[in-house]
Amino acid sequence: MAREVSESCMDSLLTEIVSSYCNRFYANKPELAARRIEAIGYQVGHQLTERYTIERPRFSDHLEAIKFICKDFWFELFKKQIDNLKTNHRGTFVLQDNKFRWLSRMSGDSSVEISSAAQDSSTMSDNKFAQATSMHLYFPCGIIRGALSTLGIPCAVSADISNHPACNILCVFHELMRRLVCDSDKGVAVSLHEFKWTKRYS
Amino acid sequence: MAPAVPRSGDAIFANVERVNAELFTLTYGAIVRQLLTDLEEVEEVNKQLDQMGYNIGIRLIDEFLAKSNVTRCVDFRETAEVIAKVGFKMFLGVTASVTNWDTEGTCCSLILEDNPLVDFVELPDTCQGLYYCNILSGVVRGALEMVSMKTEVTWVRDMLRGDDAFELQVKLLKQIPEEYPYKDDE
Repeated sequence: MAREVSESCMDSLLTEIVSSYCNRFYANKPELAARRIEAIGYQVGHQLTERYTIERPRFSDHLEAIKFICKDFWFELFKKQIDNLKTNHRGTFVLQDNKFRWLSRMSGDSSVEISSAAQDSSTMSDNKFAQATSMHLYFPCGIIRGALSTLGIPCAVSADISNHPACNILCVFHELMRRLVCDSDKGVAVSLHEFKWTKRYS
Repeated sequence: MAPAVPRSGDAIFANVERVNAELFTLTYGAIVRQLLTDLEEVEEVNKQLDQMGYNIGIRLIDEFLAKSNVTRCVDFRETAEVIAKVGFKMFLGVTASVTNWDTEGTCCSLILEDNPLVDFVELPDTCQGLYYCNILSGVVRGALEMVSMKTEVTWVRDMLRGDDAFELQVKLLKQIPEEYPYKDDE
């Protein structure tokens, strides 16, 4: 059987990467801290993918590669598959994990909630929560970017957890970005919304 | 009936949530790599790994006490045994052995022959001064400090430096008497 360690080991490392980079090494430079945390994830995604694809034939297309990430790769990491994969067929994919393990036990700061209770408590605490968790998303995004790059698909990856504990991971392949840049009168964000999303598997 | 002090962490390890060790090992490796790039000095990397370990240790002790059911250790000898047999097993899935006691019973060595942190690891010549597993010494120091023991934890042998095992020397500096800032109402 494959070797295992307690989940707390992994959780502790992740918490500590974020707090070291954000509070000690780059205390006033969140962008730099984010880039470093993402780089650590990239390295991990790259190495894991090399190991997990050793005995596989080359993926025939991008969809096959992304399905591998959603199924086998995700299963190795979290003992479950991605719950939902959507694509616009033009190089953008959204991977949804309904209960993302690395964030599922995170909670907003209760003291913040109490102090802001007099005001609009729900939006206030949501904001704080989003701020506190956003740094924790760079590592998993880095892993996916590292994995896809290793499979020959350079891309940009971002994540959104507004439906906590579900996590939406957006992968935009570079070919698409080039197309969007050419389409100069529209911003990337605007264009993405105009795409028609179809579900690829559930 | 008071629960018996467990002599091994096998049962606890079997019951905790576990993850693929490759993910853990490669993540730790990627952290060390990134620290070497960002901090440049090997000495500084050693220091920061120890600090990260310390921060982890002071939190991990809670989980250890909650899940292990250990009662108060009678002396430092028992403490060392519990760390080696229960603590290491419960988190890393491996057991350490305790040897090299000094006559006062305040200094000993934890020997790890199997260490999941170093699977796949080889140190390049430029990192010779690096204590790759320094996070572990920090964890032990941090955890013990939370149970009133000030310790000094240093690496004596390191397989990445060509030794035949990992040997962590744990030296008890002082035991801080527990203080009760609260009033016992019972």
